[in-house]
Amino acid sequence: MGIYEISLATLVGINIILALGLNMISGFCGQISLGHAAFYGIGAYTAAFMAKAGAPFPAAVLAGMVLAGLVGLAVGLTSLRVRHDFLAITTMGVGFLFLGVVRQQEILGGELGVSGIPSPGLEKTGYMVLVLILAAFFTAFSLWIKRSWMGFAFEAVADDEDTARVLTVDVAACKLTAFAMGTAMAGVAGGLYASFARFIMPDDFGFITSITVLSMVAVGGIGSVFGVIISTVILTLMPEFFRFISDYKLLLYGALLFGVMRFAPEGLAGFTRAVRKAGIRSAGKKEAAG
Amino acid sequence: MKPLLEVKNVTVRFGGVLALDDVSLEVRPGEFLSMIGPNGAGKTTLMRVVTGTVKPVSARIRLDGRDITMLPTHQRARLGLALTHQIVRPFRSMTLLDNVTLAAGHHRIGRVIRALTAVDRSAEREQARKYLELVGIAEAAEKSVLGRPLGVVKRLEVARALALEPKVLLLDEPLAGLNTAEAARLADTVAEINRGGLTVVMIEHNLGEVLRVSRRLAVLDNGRKIADGDPGAVMRDPAVRAAYLGKEYQDAAA
Ligand SMILES: Nc1ncnc2c1ncn2[C@@H]1O[C@H](COP(=O)(O)OP(=O)(O)OP(=O)(O)O)[C@@H](O)[C@H]1O
Ligand SMILES: [Mg+2]
Repeated sequence: MGIYEISLATLVGINIILALGLNMISGFCGQISLGHAAFYGIGAYTAAFMAKAGAPFPAAVLAGMVLAGLVGLAVGLTSLRVRHDFLAITTMGVGFLFLGVVRQQEILGGELGVSGIPSPGLEKTGYMVLVLILAAFFTAFSLWIKRSWMGFAFEAVADDEDTARVLTVDVAACKLTAFAMGTAMAGVAGGLYASFARFIMPDDFGFITSITVLSMVAVGGIGSVFGVIISTVILTLMPEFFRFISDYKLLLYGALLFGVMRFAPEGLAGFTRAVRKAGIRSAGKKEAAG
Repeated sequence: MKPLLEVKNVTVRFGGVLALDDVSLEVRPGEFLSMIGPNGAGKTTLMRVVTGTVKPVSARIRLDGRDITMLPTHQRARLGLALTHQIVRPFRSMTLLDNVTLAAGHHRIGRVIRALTAVDRSAEREQARKYLELVGIAEAAEKSVLGRPLGVVKRLEVARALALEPKVLLLDEPLAGLNTAEAARLADTVAEINRGGLTVVMIEHNLGEVLRVSRRLAVLDNGRKIADGDPGAVMRDPAVRAAYLGKEYQDAAA
């Protein structure tokens, strides 16, 4: 593996954690967020400054996770008060608010961002392995949540909040839990990114990033852990292999989102399910014919 | 005997419409109370005030002696209120079995940490299957709710409410959308569960079944309770006859 492949694989791992975080909120619990990059940014900035202040790498990432999760919890609390269709706008607002704050504050590096972030103390291959192990851990975590009773309650909330309430589901607690877990994961991804890039800028955590992550979740099939992972790998690598895509990212992801929502709301997961079903059906026919 | 469910002085306004005007109702443990009344009388609204999904202008609700007026819907449900919807509200992304399994797991989703750490659903699934059998739709258990006929989804509502193991079962027109045989069977099932001790309040237009299974009858008309008592006596009440006959005259004239 060359340096380039190693850094690509690291980036894929980070994006998987980021996307699985949003999948917790939007996929499992049905709460659309257009500001996921803000929590990614909170994790990255927190970890960056902690590391620069001399904190060991794990402590820096942990601090990013905790702060992102706490802010996520706060945003979740306000989201309880807004109507469902306003949540997208509220979270988009949080995204722009984050950008506004880091751009304006000189102590946060302003437009120039933060450079000179200390190395995590692992060479590139070791860091890639660490990131991939964490990605595997959060994959397992996501699968566990989906199977848990909480995940079951999330499903109910995503499907029909009012009915969930009549069936004893504490909808507010579900949303807050999903928000806290999902944004904390974004914080971890941010912390890992800061130590990987060792230089961060406000634009790394802008609206385009939020839309990119949302595309990863939507294309993968809202709620499907493996669908999200596959689409994250594809959507992370595609702009690298086809350089010109980088210039049209927003256009591409916008089109992707629109296309998925319009023509295949279940995304990749729905597609494979449909193929499998078709397979079973044609196999059945063959049996009947034979 | 002390009332199990005590509903006092409920007034509800929707904009200019006075949907309920100072309605009170008491349900004693083990009762099977049916509620009838013309369309728009306010029956569904009264149930929704009891479960906490409609905000009343005034009301006082007690369940088993405890004042639940200020509690949110999910807490009322945890204390023992179950409701089936007149306009069906299944979880459309789930199978019939999962719809009921979630309700059967009501004690599992109460605490966040416990809900996050528990994954085993086998006991609840088994329970859920029993409730589906009880209402006669077990053969569709593994099927998606989508594409099921109304009669099946109506009974799914009942199975799901039963799975909550409530103290009071509130049924909002459970027989609508069922054919005669299905309706009679479901009414029998509910009556049997009631004989087993569960308190039932049923809104229903199907007078034949209402008079056959219920032991007390309340009538709402135009946001007011106009009668409440023994079904036979209530049906002979001139005010009730006027409400129904008046309605029929109007319908005939239209
Ligand atoms: N959410 C709402 N907003 C505005 N008006 C409403 C609402 N819900 C009910 N109403 C009105 O309140 C009155 C009572 O309605 P409700 O649904 O309680 O009647 P009902 O007795 O259940 O009738 P039906 O037998 O047709 O189910 C009606 O005039 C209805 O139009
Ligand atoms: Mg009604």
